[in-house]
Amino acid sequence: MKSCKTLLAAVFSSRTVISSRAAKNLAPVLAVGAVALASATAQAANIKPAVVFDMGGKFDKSFNEAVYHGVERFSKDTGIKYRDFEVNNETQFEQAHRKFAQRGSNPIIGVGFTQSSAVQEVAAKFPETKFVLIDSVVDLPNVQSLLFKEHEGSFLVGMLAAMKSKSGKVGFVGGMDIPLIRKFQCGYEQGAKYANKDIEVIANMTGNTPAAWNNPGRGSELAKGQFDRGVDVIFAAAGGTGFGVYQAAKDNGKYAIGVDSNQNHLQPGTMLTSMVKRVGVAAYKAFSDAKDGTWKPGISSLGLAEGGVDWALDEHNAALITTKMETAMEKTKAAIISGKIKVHDYMSNNSCSY
Amino acid sequence: MSTTNNTLPRWADVLLIPIINIALALLVSGLIIIAIGEDPIEAVKILLVGAFGYDEAMGYTLYYTTNFIFTGLAVSVAFHAGLFNIGGEGQAYIGGLGVGLVMLALGPILPFYLLMILGIIAAAVFGAAWAYVPAYLQVYRGSHIVITTIMFNFIASALMVYLMVNVLIAPGSMAPQSVMLADSSHLPFIHEIMNALGYEMVHTPLNISFFWALICCLLLWVYLWHSRWGYELRTVGFNEKAAGYAGINTKKVVIITMCISGALAGFVGINEIQGVHHKLLLNFTAGYGFTGIAVSLMGRNHPVGVVLASLLFGILYQGGAELAFEVPKITREMVVTIQGLVILFSGALAYMTRPWLEKIFSLFSRPASATTQEA
Repeated sequence: MKSCKTLLAAVFSSRTVISSRAAKNLAPVLAVGAVALASATAQAANIKPAVVFDMGGKFDKSFNEAVYHGVERFSKDTGIKYRDFEVNNETQFEQAHRKFAQRGSNPIIGVGFTQSSAVQEVAAKFPETKFVLIDSVVDLPNVQSLLFKEHEGSFLVGMLAAMKSKSGKVGFVGGMDIPLIRKFQCGYEQGAKYANKDIEVIANMTGNTPAAWNNPGRGSELAKGQFDRGVDVIFAAAGGTGFGVYQAAKDNGKYAIGVDSNQNHLQPGTMLTSMVKRVGVAAYKAFSDAKDGTWKPGISSLGLAEGGVDWALDEHNAALITTKMETAMEKTKAAIISGKIKVHDYMSNNSCSY
Repeated sequence: MSTTNNTLPRWADVLLIPIINIALALLVSGLIIIAIGEDPIEAVKILLVGAFGYDEAMGYTLYYTTNFIFTGLAVSVAFHAGLFNIGGEGQAYIGGLGVGLVMLALGPILPFYLLMILGIIAAAVFGAAWAYVPAYLQVYRGSHIVITTIMFNFIASALMVYLMVNVLIAPGSMAPQSVMLADSSHLPFIHEIMNALGYEMVHTPLNISFFWALICCLLLWVYLWHSRWGYELRTVGFNEKAAGYAGINTKKVVIITMCISGALAGFVGINEIQGVHHKLLLNFTAGYGFTGIAVSLMGRNHPVGVVLASLLFGILYQGGAELAFEVPKITREMVVTIQGLVILFSGALAYMTRPWLEKIFSLFSRPASATTQEA
């Protein structure tokens, strides 16, 4: 309990971490913060960070928005301005990365696996520029690839769902039917089966187009359908569509599990937990590493051990979680971190066989 | 209406009215830009320089134009036969699938020239096949083509996701994308050709499918106005029953027209798959099929008009992206708003300015028009 809370506190208020670090050399930081534009010569202002958002846009209430908040916080903490761009189609990814690189932006974050080929292309042409790619891998000496072990976090919330369920049936509502979301689903299923091997998992995908990320009406329908079939806990990995699921859970007195950001506060009382994927923190770290000169290329896989994914426990859902559940969760979490429990990754062989 | 046609010279009808409409749209956009506290003149400058100012901008503008020509022609040919093809998006998607499948299968074996022709055939056949089903349902089952073509967009999307996620995904890939196509199947980029000719040009997605788009315009013009089939097609468009009485096989005409329309939309797949991305991926159509409807309306369903309207939309897409890039306050949603205003003024409100313009013209040329009316 304590360790989880402190970890959460540490991650969600990285500002305090930063400010304590900043206290050590307050003067230059203040200078940068106050006259960021004027003091182009200041050491820390040397980086010109940029972000290329995915098709969902920076206000998608989910994945992109988490990155947006991360870089916004970086901008506020350091006074360093960043540039950003939201694309309208696939071709613009490459255009945006190239433009940022040409204008001297460095480092450049690409949000989402759809940008991998664009980063591959542009990073090869601008070897001096640092690129950060979230959710995919590009193997170049100037690219940092940030992966998240969503299956581990999903495993945990799946386990919690199964422990909470009275009917022995838990549900999953995915957004667009793509491998990444199947990875969530597969982890969730494993977790649920781990807690209760007889549990039945009913899964639905919202759709096949990107519109599936933002269709709360359909989310609510799918949730109601699953409730009618006896489900009493639903994990929604569906971006904005999830809001419909959370609302339906509240209306029907069932439980829902949020995704990406800590969404527990959305419907307090019926939000069992959230599977947190800390892309914002990762983006923040990429920028501040670049600023401090500690940025490193290569693949980093952020799982439970690294705090890249987690389950969320705060004042909004504390009443729903018994001490027994919490102990079991922490035990399993430790077991996954230590490698005692191996969670199968759907994307490792594109099938959910475990 | 016949008298109004007389009062307005033809050049004013085809040139002046669209220009006034676009100017009005830009004026309203300017007001919005002022409202968010930016300089509208500066914004227009960025938009135009961003669309034409340098070789990279030009390349992107013409790349978008290529797609819009294909989908715009697709909508307009159907429109001439009185059919409203809303399914350009799906037909383009499936056309691209056809190109991708052929290139994946034959790319490593065949030389470029064969693959180029095969790509055109594959896009046409797949796009046409996707349009054939709604056409068949319209002709023989009475299902309205607007409804069926819209629904076929969703089916195309679902089919593509299924294939990309389960069948065609490159092994070990995170993103649902196929393996890269063999080099021999890539269409040459314009910048590659220019560089080979000794002119320095940066990398842009513009490729030789742009010329195929222009050829399609010419072919369609010949087909519509200088062939028996085109005559039949337009007759069906004017009055299907009368065409039937005149001995035209209207069912056949509807089906053939829809197949041509689908084939044209399918050519988007050549530009996107064979020309730019060099692999199969999801959502490469990015709404070009739907924008084609606006392009066709604005271009008055004529190939030349479609090219000009496509260019305008190319400018709006590329210049708009540039605007969003340069001015942080102008988001991509703002750019869509500006595009929407242009469509609103030149499409939906196309004839709003007409009565005023007629009055102005009649002031200047009263005697002339009076004599023509008496005659």
